[in-house]
Amino acid sequence: MIEIKNLYKSFEQKEVLKNISKVFNKGETNLIIGRSGSGKTVLLKSIVGLHEIDRGQILYDNRDFTSMSTKLRKKLRREMGMVFQGGALFDSLTVEENIRFPLDMFSVLTPSEKQKQVDFCLERVNIADANKLSPSEISGGMKKRVAIARAIVMNPKYLFCDEPNSGLDPETSLVIDELIHSITVDLQITTIINTHDMNSVMEIGDNILFISDGEMCWEGNRKDILHTENQKLQEFVFANKQYQRIRDDKINQ
Amino acid sequence: MNIFNQTGKYFALLLKVFSKPERHSLYVKQTFNEIENLGVNSVGIVTVISIFMGGIITLQVAYNMTNPLLPTYLIGLGNRDTLILEFSSTILALIMAGKIGSNITSEIGSMKVTEQIDSLEIMGVNSASYLILPKIIAVVMMFPLLYILSVFFGLIGGMIVGPAVGAVTVTDYLNGVQYLFNPYYITFSLIKCLVFGFLIASISAFFGYTVEGGAFDVGSASTRAVVNTNIMILVWDLILTQLLL
Repeated sequence: MIEIKNLYKSFEQKEVLKNISKVFNKGETNLIIGRSGSGKTVLLKSIVGLHEIDRGQILYDNRDFTSMSTKLRKKLRREMGMVFQGGALFDSLTVEENIRFPLDMFSVLTPSEKQKQVDFCLERVNIADANKLSPSEISGGMKKRVAIARAIVMNPKYLFCDEPNSGLDPETSLVIDELIHSITVDLQITTIINTHDMNSVMEIGDNILFISDGEMCWEGNRKDILHTENQKLQEFVFANKQYQRIRDDKINQ
Repeated sequence: MNIFNQTGKYFALLLKVFSKPERHSLYVKQTFNEIENLGVNSVGIVTVISIFMGGIITLQVAYNMTNPLLPTYLIGLGNRDTLILEFSSTILALIMAGKIGSNITSEIGSMKVTEQIDSLEIMGVNSASYLILPKIIAVVMMFPLLYILSVFFGLIGGMIVGPAVGAVTVTDYLNGVQYLFNPYYITFSLIKCLVFGFLIASISAFFGYTVEGGAFDVGSASTRAVVNTNIMILVWDLILTQLLL
């Protein structure tokens, strides 16, 4: 479980996040949604410590991340996995080497045990055949799968995904969503996904936080979202006519 | 104020770079990769530049020796001392700042803008140390070797060009190369090479590591890295020459 309390973050004079509080549960896909520029990525990067926050607290299973020493933070980070928007795979390494990298760096496993773990992750994300290819030789969807495999190779307790569906076709997006959701449930990890993809929201949104202009506007799940009275959320969700129809159908039923 | 800010950030980065590595074996492997990438792959260009450099210095010395009373073996001596003291260390460093420096800045800068460095940090890896330390070690180790190679091929260049244009015979040239040789000049230049190697790798890495934005910013950072490294090489050349000669 990850809990954030009264989180504030600013860049120079501009306040980007204002008084955000939220609990992200274990075994659920927690989504942070909002328009482009609303502060989603800043919030996610603040939670993982890539941005230092101005005020507030971030608790990882009641361990206060904000007041931790650099050494303890590094130790805690080994319990995290993150999927970046562009994949952030290391260009100089093959797919397999990318996935093995955290094991080589931190684990005390034997080479054969490492290989077994890498093979398991490759199978888990269905890219076993691409193991010897370099990142420049694979598609965007495969890059995301490799990034997911690398993020879970150390058996993390916390998984963070920054716009995992950006740049992917709708079908591949669904596959990636399903993959993240099943990994979250199977491994019982705390997953936070940053997205503005409404398909993801409707498919896997167990616990949703909507932020607008850096402020927390609404929280709930994918069922609640269709009946929301929140004006800003309505404008965000029902900007698409398809979702207007889904809402109208639900209301008529 | 900006220069103080940048200098402060540079030293803060160096502190991070020289902190304890997570896994020594990976750093050693990475260092050997960098020795090949930054050092061994520079042998070709160093050889070509040095042969031309030696040839040109020989021509210039011969052209300026208008007094017929001056012995022609001084052409070899002039070429040797110019190469050993300045050209094979400083001029080569300025050229290497362009080749190796821009390579380091663009590689690390690209990793920064594509979030690969953030990815390392999230894993709990000290990204600065993992990416920069092997490059610094590789360049500091390889630069003195490239210097020796450059002196050797510079002297060969002079030996080809001098007799070819009729300025000096091979025998006189080789006599000049050996005449009044001061081994301390080599020690002095090797010390300069260690300093220049460190400056090239660390300044270029700093500009790459601190880049923000996209491909355009990586290009600008590479240019700034080369310019700043060149200036620092010349400043340190002046300081070391005053201190050590």
